[in-house]
Parts: sequence; C-alpha cells; structure tokens
Amino acid sequence: MRENILSIIEKYQKDHRRLMDILIAIQDTYRHIPDEAVDILADQLDLSKVDVEQTISFYHFLSREPVGKYAIYLNDSAVANISGRAEVVQAFEEELGISFNNVTADGLIGMWDTADIGMNDQEPAALINGAVFTKLTPKKVKNLVAGIKAGKDIPDLVTEIGEEVNGPAALSTMVTNNIRQKGAILFSDDYEVGQALKQAIAQTPEEIVTEVKQSNLRGRGGAGFPAGLKWDFCRQSGGDEVYLICNADEGEPGTFKDRVILTELPKLLFEGMAIAGYAIGAKQGIVYLRYEYRYMQAYLESILQELRDQNFLGKNIAGKAGFDFDIRIQLGAGAYVCGEETALIESLEGKRGEPRNRPPFPVQRGYLDKPTVVNNVETLCSVVQVILEGAEWFKSFGTSESAGTKLLSLSGDCKNPGIYAVEWGVTVQKLIRRAGATNVQAVQIGGPSGMCIGPDQFNRQLAFEDLATGGSLIFIGEERDLLGDFVVNFMDFFIDESCGSCAPCRSLNVILRNKLLKILDGKGTNQDIDELYKWAGVGRVTNRCGLGQTAANPILSTIENFRHLYEDLVETNENFVSTFDLKDSVAESNAAVDREFVLPHKTR
Amino acid sequence: MTKPVLATTSLAGCFGCHMSFLDIDERILELIDLVEFNKSPVDDIKTFTKQCDIGLIEGGCCNSENIEVLKDFRKNCNILVSVGECAIMGGLPALRNGISIKECLEEAYLDGPTVKANTEKIMPNDEELPMLLDMVYPCHEIVKIDYFLPGCPPRADLIWNALVALVTGDELKMPYEVVKFD
Repeated sequence: MRENILSIIEKYQKDHRRLMDILIAIQDTYRHIPDEAVDILADQLDLSKVDVEQTISFYHFLSREPVGKYAIYLNDSAVANISGRAEVVQAFEEELGISFNNVTADGLIGMWDTADIGMNDQEPAALINGAVFTKLTPKKVKNLVAGIKAGKDIPDLVTEIGEEVNGPAALSTMVTNNIRQKGAILFSDDYEVGQALKQAIAQTPEEIVTEVKQSNLRGRGGAGFPAGLKWDFCRQSGGDEVYLICNADEGEPGTFKDRVILTELPKLLFEGMAIAGYAIGAKQGIVYLRYEYRYMQAYLESILQELRDQNFLGKNIAGKAGFDFDIRIQLGAGAYVCGEETALIESLEGKRGEPRNRPPFPVQRGYLDKPTVVNNVETLCSVVQVILEGAEWFKSFGTSESAGTKLLSLSGDCKNPGIYAVEWGVTVQKLIRRAGATNVQAVQIGGPSGMCIGPDQFNRQLAFEDLATGGSLIFIGEERDLLGDFVVNFMDFFIDESCGSCAPCRSLNVILRNKLLKILDGKGTNQDIDELYKWAGVGRVTNRCGLGQTAANPILSTIENFRHLYEDLVETNENFVSTFDLKDSVAESNAAVDREFVLPHKTR
Repeated sequence: MTKPVLATTSLAGCFGCHMSFLDIDERILELIDLVEFNKSPVDDIKTFTKQCDIGLIEGGCCNSENIEVLKDFRKNCNILVSVGECAIMGGLPALRNGISIKECLEEAYLDGPTVKANTEKIMPNDEELPMLLDMVYPCHEIVKIDYFLPGCPPRADLIWNALVALVTGDELKMPYEVVKFD
C-alpha cells in the first residue's frame, strides 16, 4: 500500500494543495481512506494528521470506512422521491438483504443516500463508481444487482445509452440531455470554436472588459453580480499572478443546466474561459467540476487537448505572442457549499470547503491568496457571444436589468422536464405551459435556496428585478404534500450540507426543521408558525455565506405564500394544551421502579 | 380598584428565580401595593382560592406533579410567564435528557459509586411520590405560555420591570444590563 500511495502523492508533486486529487485517487483504489494512508499523507505533505482527517471528513464521497467495491449513491432529492425512489430503495434492499447506508458483508456492494446529483429530469438516478444510472425502476435494479454480482465492469452495466455526445462516441452514459428549447446565445447554430477568441486578442484586455461591462452580463450562478465589473475589480487588484476559476459545482437541487452545457458545449465554455483569462491577465484557469459529474472528466480532458492541439490553449495562443493560458479540471468530492466561491477556493487548496469571511473578496485575495475571478459555467459561455456579436446585440435580449438569455432546468411534475434556453423576462406561467405541467400547486424557483410561489404569482417574470434564479424551476402538482414532501426534504438537505462553521446555520436549521415536523405531527400552535417565521429570518443576517443565509427559505417562503397549509395543521385554541401524554412519558420510569400508573396525582 | 392577583410556583427549578425575585430589595414594599398574592411560596398559600391575573412559573417539568401544577396554573391564571432558563428550555435538569430515565435511576439508586447503604436494591416507588417523566420538558411544550423572561436566574430588575409592565400596561423597560447574561 505504501508504495502505491507514495506514487499517487508523487503524481501530484507532493503538493498539499492537491490533497483533493490525492484523496480521490486513494478512495478510488481502496474504496476508503485507510489509516495508513492518512499517516503517509500527513508525513509526505507536511500536514498534521488532523489536517488530512478534517478534509476527508468534510466531503461526502471521501470515507474512512469502506464504501463497497461497488458504491451505489442514490439521489434522495424531493423530485427523486416523487419519481418512485421508495420502490427503488425497496428493490435494492430486497436484492441485497441490507438496508441503505450499509455495505454487504462481503464488502462488494454499499448503498448510500446522497444529495442531488444533477439528474432531476431523469430521476430516480444513482451514481455507481462514478457512472450515472438514470430512471431507475425495481426491474432495472434487479438487473443491475445481478450484473454486479456476476462481476461485470461498470461500463457493461450501462444498458441504455443517451443521445449524441452522451452516446458511444464520447460519454457512453445513460444520461440524456433533454434540450427542449434552444436560444440564440448558448445554442447558436453558427458557432465556430476560436472565432471569438481571435476577435478578442485583436483588442486590448481593457477593451474586452469594457465590452463585457457594457453588455450588462450578470453572473448566471444565482447572485447576478455584473461579470465585467468583477473582472475589472480583479484587474485593479494588480499582481502578476491571477487566476480564473469556472464554477461547475452545480449543487442546487433541481439545477442541471451546467451538466448539459458541459456535455454539449465544452468548447464554448473553454473558449469563454480563454477570453476571460486574456481579459484579466490569468495564465491558469481551473474548472471546479462537481464529483457527481466526473463521468464527463475524461471527455472534457480530451476536448482540452483538442483545443491545445489547435493552439486555442497553451502558449502564444492563436499566434498572440505572450498570451499563455491553460485550463485544468479539479474534481470536487461532494459538498454543496463548495458552490459558494470562497468555499470552492478553500477546496481547491485541498482544505475543507468552509466559506471565508469577505472582504477580502476573491478578486482581491482568492486562490492561493492571489486575485481570482470565479465565474459560473453559463456566464463564461455567454462571454463568447458578447465578444462575437457585441454588447448591444446581447442587450437586445431580455429585460432592462437582466440582459441576455438564461438556461433553465425544469423538472418535477411536468410532461417535458429538461433544458430551456429563454430570454430573461419570461413569465412562470409561460414556462408551466411549455413544460406541460398541469394542476400546479406551487413552483420552486431557483432550488431550495430560492423561493416557492403559488398560482397567484405565476404571472411574475424570471429576471433579477423580479424572480432571480440560478436556473431551476421545480413544478409541484396539486396532489403533493408541499410541506411534508418538499419543505422537509429541502431543510434536511441544508442541515446535511451545512459546513457547521456558523452556529445559526449549524443548529437553527435543525430547530426549524424539528418545529416544522412538530406542526406536521399535529402538535403545533399558531405561535409555532409565528416563531418559525421569526426565527427563520435570523439566519439571513447571522450566517457567513449564502448557504446559511438562504437555508431557511423553504420555510420562510412557504409561510409567506402558503400560510394556510400551516394553519390547517395547527390547533387554534389559544389555551391549547399540547398533545403531551403523561401516561406515555412516565411509562419508562414506572417500569424501572416497578409501579403502576395512577391518575390523577393529587397536587399539594 | 382591586389589585391584580399574582401566583408563583417553582417546578423543576432550584428556587433561584424566586430568590432573584426577592432581590428587588426595598421595592418589596411597592410590590405589596402593586399586587395581591394568591397561591405562592411567598405567602405559603397552597391552593388557588380565586382566579389570578398573572402566574410566574419557575422550572421545567420533570415529574407528574409538575405537570399537574402547571396545568392548574394555566387554568387559574390569565397570563402565564416562564421565568428563567429551566422553565424556558429545561435548563440544568434537562441535562438528563440524553440519558434514559431507567439509566438515571439505576445510577442514582443502584450503581453509582456513592451508593453504599441501599443493600436491598430498592428504587423509590411509593405512590405518594410523583412519577418521573422520560425527559425534562420546557413549560411551553405542556401548556401555552404567554411570556418568557430569560436568565439563570433572570435579574431582579427584569422580573420587576416585567411585572410592573404587565400590571400597568406600560412598555417593558429592558436596558441591556438586564438581559446580558455574562
């Protein structure tokens, strides 16, 4: 083992900042991180053992215990649940004779719950040793388990294959793209790789920044910060070492647009990164790819090599002397919070993905404490069209404050889940129609951290000035239990994904979830609803990062828009006496001391 | 005009909140002018003799008697106030909530290192004794509580100010000094 681990460490030049890669490689080989490996890593990388251990413990896909030769990670998002997850779980458990979150006695197969894996349009879905298995049914599960027991390799277990890039020529994956509506900016028919890059390097970096500023392109990850301004701030920070990071850690449940971009348009993305690199003076770009999308890693590497061969990456790019820029892909290891840019940077440096205090902002001090721009996948893709067609053309799409188009992931109770490229300003109603959703009770905009709206608000627009979104809508049908099936699931998600750094995020969300369960259990009062609402607001001002600030949104926005659902569940009698049951609560102590229950006990 | 009627009790508490209440010093004379006491350890009235306006509750609920008393207070008082951490969230007694009551009893009466005399391994089970609850409950999980006064104990000034505000209807004065806890 020692030799093997040493060679893995060697592969990453004994660089402790590449701890993530090293740990993933060890996890792949041994199906866990053995004690011996921790000792060797601490020794070789000049870290303390605790440094190594705390990084391991932070990430969902790194484990100190063996996860099974075949590790099945089954998505447990709300949409998976309404798509038949329970039957799939039952089938797995029956076939293997163990319950979830366990490994078979022979160590062959482990089954684990896992947070959203970006397949909301094809649930229930699971990752098995990195490969994606979609639209699972009890029958498919049976075949899968039989195949695994027969010792088949993962590629041989994949029976259905998706279209085009997902097909045998490149990815050979079960994933399908489901692109339902193409738009001018991301899916332009006449896109030719390198054109925009050549156009960009004919201008000065300042001119590029100005153009992007004028286009009003805003960040597509959700927060909507103007991209040109971010670049400008980075340039102002100065220094000769600057980094560009592409945030492909798309972890918001219900969002899968970056998955499709990475599958269909990787060249557009990498060209956008090269242009951004040129504009801010970065020599290195890093794509932080969520672990769940690692099935694309080799394919993306091959595209990068293709671009290097064409001299669109590497040294003196496209003949421009002195313009050197290259891209590497960094794999995450399963942590929603790493989508937050400062947590992402921590993770890139081989540490726990805990958000940093801001300021300093990444554009001042980011990766390795150098000025760093972190842009979303879709933002960087949009840059290419801004350069090709100009800021004015770009602004001709969308609304006054939200220029351009937006890629949306639509899923949930609808006929046509998938990807829709729309202009900003589109109404929710229109999207409901296009997705073929009927009898819609509610729409979750922008994932759990966004908001939940009812029919009286379906005429609202998707735009930064109205309903801002990082790119997802989940339709929730009339027949669903909105609070029980969705809000509880969303709260569980945030509780699991909290990094634990801020107390209100770490504990308050648990308290809120429990209070919600109390109400769902019929034990709540109006006072509970009021308190829930009041306390939920606390996280917004007392947590450090976006996760903590928005984690209570599932509760906040459903109390705001669906208060009647809560009120239907609570006791309205002002002098309500809880459903506390004296007989039940003294049963244990009475049994311990051997006495009978007598009521009433006389008060003295 | 008749004076508002006040009742107080200590459930699973240490009487510290009552002691803090008595810390109002010379204002105790004003207190007598302000309210009439009914069931309370202050005047040693054991049972309610009339409907009261305000009930101050110290301590959470750890046994069946606490439950009975608390329900009795809810029935006989128009306004209930949880006074101090034990009433509000179980406080120190709730430290046992992570341990099963069976284990607690065994540790206390059978297995504890200081248990020497109990050679017959008796656990107290006389029917005169209140029955122990599986956990220590905060008061608002048993009945509706109208107001909460935090602190361990809440300062005399906080209790006094709250009481005066309730009786007079004036706004509660809560300067920083009376709600800081370190």
